[in-house]
Amino acid sequence: MSELIIKNGYVFDPISGLKGDKADISVKDGKIVDKVSNKAEVIDAAGKTVMAGGVDIHCHVAGPKVNLGREMRPEDKFFRGEYRGGILKQGKRMEMGFSIPSTWKTGYAYARMGYTFTNEAAMPPLLAPHVHEEFRDTPILDQAAMPVFGNNWFCFEYIKNKELENNAAYIAWLLNATKGIGIKVVNPGGTEAWAWGENCTTINDPVPYFDITPAEIVKGLIEANEYLGLPHSVHIHGNNLGNPGNYKDTIDTLKLAEGTKAKNKFGREQVLHNTHLQFHSYKGTSWADFESGAKEVMDYVNSNKNITVDIGQVTLDETTTMTADGPFEYHLNQLNHIKWANVDVELETGSGIVPYIYDKNIKVCGIQWAIGLEIGLYAKDLMRVHITTDHPNAGPFTRYPRVIKWLMSQKAREATLDTMKWKDKVIAASNIASMDRELGLYDIAMMTRAGPAKALGLSSIYSLTKGADANIAIYNLDANKLPSDPELIEAAFQNTAYTLKEGVVVVKDGQIVAEPPKYTLWTKVNMPENAQVMHDIKEKFSRNYTVNLENYAVFDEHVHNARAIELDVA
Amino acid sequence: METVTMTLTSQPELFLECYNVTPDQFAGKSLAEIAALPAHEGKIQWKLGDFFKFDGKAGETAADTKIVVNGDVRRMKRFGQKMSAGEIVINNDTDMYIGGWMTGGKITVKGNADSFLGIAMEGGEILIEGDAQNHVGSAYRGDWRGMSGGLIRVKGKAGNDIGTAMTGGTIIIEGDAFIHVLTHAEGGTVIIKGDVEGRVGGQMVKGDAYIFGNILYPLPGFKKIATVEKEVDGATYTFDQFIGDLGERKTKKKGEIIYGNIYLKK
Repeated sequence: MSELIIKNGYVFDPISGLKGDKADISVKDGKIVDKVSNKAEVIDAAGKTVMAGGVDIHCHVAGPKVNLGREMRPEDKFFRGEYRGGILKQGKRMEMGFSIPSTWKTGYAYARMGYTFTNEAAMPPLLAPHVHEEFRDTPILDQAAMPVFGNNWFCFEYIKNKELENNAAYIAWLLNATKGIGIKVVNPGGTEAWAWGENCTTINDPVPYFDITPAEIVKGLIEANEYLGLPHSVHIHGNNLGNPGNYKDTIDTLKLAEGTKAKNKFGREQVLHNTHLQFHSYKGTSWADFESGAKEVMDYVNSNKNITVDIGQVTLDETTTMTADGPFEYHLNQLNHIKWANVDVELETGSGIVPYIYDKNIKVCGIQWAIGLEIGLYAKDLMRVHITTDHPNAGPFTRYPRVIKWLMSQKAREATLDTMKWKDKVIAASNIASMDRELGLYDIAMMTRAGPAKALGLSSIYSLTKGADANIAIYNLDANKLPSDPELIEAAFQNTAYTLKEGVVVVKDGQIVAEPPKYTLWTKVNMPENAQVMHDIKEKFSRNYTVNLENYAVFDEHVHNARAIELDVA
Repeated sequence: METVTMTLTSQPELFLECYNVTPDQFAGKSLAEIAALPAHEGKIQWKLGDFFKFDGKAGETAADTKIVVNGDVRRMKRFGQKMSAGEIVINNDTDMYIGGWMTGGKITVKGNADSFLGIAMEGGEILIEGDAQNHVGSAYRGDWRGMSGGLIRVKGKAGNDIGTAMTGGTIIIEGDAFIHVLTHAEGGTVIIKGDVEGRVGGQMVKGDAYIFGNILYPLPGFKKIATVEKEVDGATYTFDQFIGDLGERKTKKKGEIIYGNIYLKK
């Protein structure tokens, strides 16, 4: 029986309604409890900020695509390796890489920022074992992964034939086979079209051969998601990402959620999560007259409660873009000519990888930076707008503290604007310079843990409510006396005073001190076997896949410390 | 200019990374402080003083500091890495990564240098009295930013991958070279006074290669457009001019298409 109490901190937990009041947080056997005995170990958090462990709703941190990025970018590690993480008795681990860090650096760096959960944003089902093997080698963090469904031949056919129950049964089967947590959609129809050398740039472009539109795909998947009552909603990277004028396509995509209500037992309220909204909020007709469409998109998001979004903030770094949106990466490479990898994953998906430099001296990059921050600053309900960098696409996750700094301080935003070569043009093409809103710690707690946890249906695990896992971050920030120098805010969020994972102190004063067990979360749907779907699966495997059905699903031993989120479908 | 002379006193078991042997690191330091600078052998961290004895005196600034390296340093890498000014003279053969990422100053090696000589170099001068191995003035593996400025002169011969992804500066190889010259280059000049086995200018977008000897296996992506006279390394010669790589993307400047050039001495 281990007991621990965190005393006198300013506690921010939007899930349980704590808004920075001084409170004690009690922990017993790794769970949050109401009280502990007087023998409990005491952590003094006086003058510090206490939050639940951070929850990253969208990042690319494990799997074949991430690893291909590591392979094709040895220079990402250069002059950037450090013997740093790890506990002393094991010897220090080499922490390598900047935009595509090693699994070890990933776990340690997230823990140092007070994060204890990440959601891998795109798992190709066929290659799920690789994702799970990297989870095993990523210390400390609880992790989950979303298989991609937006270009899946099974889903295309079931949706086209309006077979909702069969589509749902297939999704449940695939979540089980890959140990996935929810439904990811990347460029619906477009990645499949890319295999024919084409793309779907609006929600009404038909997919070659299948004769189905992105709108039908997304609607069909939302319907199946709510039929099953999964913990998370459909998680979408829509059509026409990264192109000027795409804000209209984004609003068209968001409108597909209209009239649908969330149906689940996990407290989730949205039916559609639009990820990295920054890449989808572009106005203009070309890169020459490119400008921010954040206001238009956020006006829609603010008035529709069944939608959540994350930002995908550009951090102005040299990074590596990687996405299942194959055609997008091809076009990006045509712009920057650096290097390009492209992968097709049979009946399921594809991907592309291109290194990219978000240079503060390039006008477009400056405007992209502004758009991301505008999304956060225009938001009315910050429980529905989450901080991400779409790691590593818009910047590495290690820059979250910097994103927080920009959102909390107009002075910091102005200082960054002042370093831009085309400052005046960036200001003219965006609204960032006129926005004086500065977010507070409660807002940040919503955007970095409470909001994402709720949207993922995991707030009973990742919060400070009674019975939740005792994953806790304690920051060196006095909530009553925030530093006037914004750099100190960034520094405080970069290295916690303490990070606790299930009641175990894993980080103390920015140093890794323990590596307790971690979980792989996945969604287990209990429902009767669907004979038609099993027949279809067997047939497709014998005709179209390169692997046997028997060799397809991840083996139990692939999945590290599995923790199933269970639900029943009659 | 003040001079620090460092003399090898013991050999490492593996290879020693001498990234701290630069005028920038030595300037303003006492000999004891210099001897205490770290060096790595694999993952073991040593001090430079564990392998070298130091005499003389360092200048106040990098520009005012000269370093002379004596002894058999064939197992020592990374002399002059990232140096910005001053001078290094190595009186023997040495290992890889000499003058990598350097931005200024001068390095002279009286013997042979190994691979990755002057990679991603931005400025300054390197003179090798003997031979160099592979990747002279090229980009770090995987990187697309090769040598961008400065001069590398190799009096002997060189291996493969010379000036890969080069964007500026000059490389002169006075002897023969093997394969892959100016691959993926977007600028810069490579002069080879001997013969080249082949693959000169593959996927080159911009840049100039001057070959005094023969190219045994020329690439098909180049075509001859003229015979020209050019001054190269202080003398004027007649060359056949080839443009390419015709299979690679092309950029335009003032309406004219930019090509890479291979000048083959007649």
